[in-house]
Amino acid sequence: MTDSTAQVSKSRDLDKLLLRPGHLVGPTFDPGTELRDDIQEYVKILVVGAGGLGCELLKDLALSGFKNLEVIDMDRIEVSNLNRQFLFRLQDVGKPKAEVAAMRVMERVAGVNIVPHFCRIEDKELDFYNDFNIIVLGLDSIEARSYINAVACGFLEYDSDDNPREETVKPMVDGGTEGFKGHARVIVPGRTPCFECTIWLFPPQVKFPLCTLAETPRTAAHCIEYAHLIKWDEVHSGKTFDPDEPEHMHWVYSEAVKRAELFGIPGVTYSLTQGVVKNIIPAIASTNAIISAACALETLKIVSGCSKTLSNYLTYNGVEGLHTKVTEFVKDNDCLICGPGVLIELETSVTLRKFIGLLEEHPKLLLSRASITHRGKNLYMQAPPVLEEMTRSNLDLPLFELMDKIPKDIVHVTGTTSKSDKKTSSLMKLRVIFKGVDGVADMDTAGGS
Amino acid sequence: MIRLFKVKEKQRELAENTNGKSSFTKQSAGEIRLHKDMRELNLPKSCSISFPNGKDDLMNFQVTIRPDEGYYRGGLFRFSFKVSPIYPHEAPKVKCNSKVYHPNIDLEGNVCLNILREDWKPVLNINTIVYGLYHLFTEPNHEDPLNSEAAAVLRDNPRMFELNVKKAMAGGHVGDNYYSRCM
Ligand SMILES: [Zn+2]
Repeated sequence: MTDSTAQVSKSRDLDKLLLRPGHLVGPTFDPGTELRDDIQEYVKILVVGAGGLGCELLKDLALSGFKNLEVIDMDRIEVSNLNRQFLFRLQDVGKPKAEVAAMRVMERVAGVNIVPHFCRIEDKELDFYNDFNIIVLGLDSIEARSYINAVACGFLEYDSDDNPREETVKPMVDGGTEGFKGHARVIVPGRTPCFECTIWLFPPQVKFPLCTLAETPRTAAHCIEYAHLIKWDEVHSGKTFDPDEPEHMHWVYSEAVKRAELFGIPGVTYSLTQGVVKNIIPAIASTNAIISAACALETLKIVSGCSKTLSNYLTYNGVEGLHTKVTEFVKDNDCLICGPGVLIELETSVTLRKFIGLLEEHPKLLLSRASITHRGKNLYMQAPPVLEEMTRSNLDLPLFELMDKIPKDIVHVTGTTSKSDKKTSSLMKLRVIFKGVDGVADMDTAGGS
Repeated sequence: MIRLFKVKEKQRELAENTNGKSSFTKQSAGEIRLHKDMRELNLPKSCSISFPNGKDDLMNFQVTIRPDEGYYRGGLFRFSFKVSPIYPHEAPKVKCNSKVYHPNIDLEGNVCLNILREDWKPVLNINTIVYGLYHLFTEPNHEDPLNSEAAAVLRDNPRMFELNVKKAMAGGHVGDNYYSRCM
């Protein structure tokens, strides 16, 4: 008896969301114990980052009933993490964050399985990412977000009416915090704006003029950037500075201290050095907790339909009092990463030269003198002359062969468009499909079923 | 989306999933945008561009500037560009690979050009930067010094500055520093 009450109480809060019908639920919501069990059995979630936000996310997702989690992070635990990355203890310093975080949550939450990956996100094959139903991001860098976003959007396929194929949609839930501010957002590629659609939301990094650093430093940050950007090169000729190398960071710190003493500037500390060099604003544990809770809830909503998801960007500001706001940003239909691109069907015999000609006549494009790139290979570049020369020999080859005989794929083109006599240079995404090639028809039926 | 996830999982148990080939090939948004910059590149005739890693690596390239007026006329200066995967959100990293006696370029090749750091905007492009660099040679300024000695000479004694530049470009010492010939 006591056992069964314990069982009930453990998922009591979750049961209120998943077992009962409601007025505010999503259109596909089907409450019941089957739903609760299916979530445990079938849903696989990747948490990217095992830092301040990542620790919270793992704990929150595990407590929300998800049983199959994986976490990826390339960092090792540092002493300065311990104040907020609550899964780590003093004896863990130096160990991989992903491994310790996975272990600690598994110790505390019965039945959850967390697989850690101690590596860079770029080290994993794309298939690795495709294995997850949802990717949850707890990152502090724009580069890493941009990378995961491109990977997830890369799985997205559109049908011939430019509607996203549901089975190729890889949803992301992105959290971010900076001091007392944070955001949580839901990215459903093809439906809500992707990271790249709204990259302007991220304020540009503050960069000090080099001459200020060299000649007239006034702040601790100036001293740190001097050591990092100028002094490092002067002393270590040819060796690249690696912000993830503690030895490098310590060197910059000690040089910054010397510089600060010389100019009588107070305030250079090791953690400030890390902050300035890696562009990190000190993290606040409560902000991480709030943002993570929002992300975990959105994840549960995407999976279960127990409520409509956030639409689509929540900002939280706890600097003075508390302010939260949800903004519905709009998708950029021409986005090069998540947009459908213009569908073009071609015969396999079409040469690159003919293809470039077709783009000029295509009513949706009217793109003249196009440069063409496919999967990182520049097939033809109109300019600069040095690249034109290097790619010219491709012009009379069939595009199908230049695209490694892939029956349907994305290419990017840059060319000139004229609208009411005004010439503008534009960059576009195309979905090229070759007619009569095995595989295309199969894929279409698979999508339609 | 639970129903979809369930179907997917069952499919995978039955057979290796043939769907789900990503069209993403580690080509960043920055790299895609850089294509546009390259196609729009319209360099002054005194500047040229080269791609040491071949036609498929646009993220690392070199620009050579041969000023046709001003103190640095006849000199040849090489710059390396390294473009970030989140370009144009972030400016390219630019270094001068030729050792130059210049108030705004230090001996390690760091360049003080506002649009490379504090004044960078995503609407700017590679062309703007190359013009900015070119401008540094036609109009070096003593107000943003990275080489403070050179800046002081330019401010106090332009005639001497001119001679120093000539000496450095021909290959020789200015003060304690040796400059290799770059003409
Ligand atoms: Zn997008």
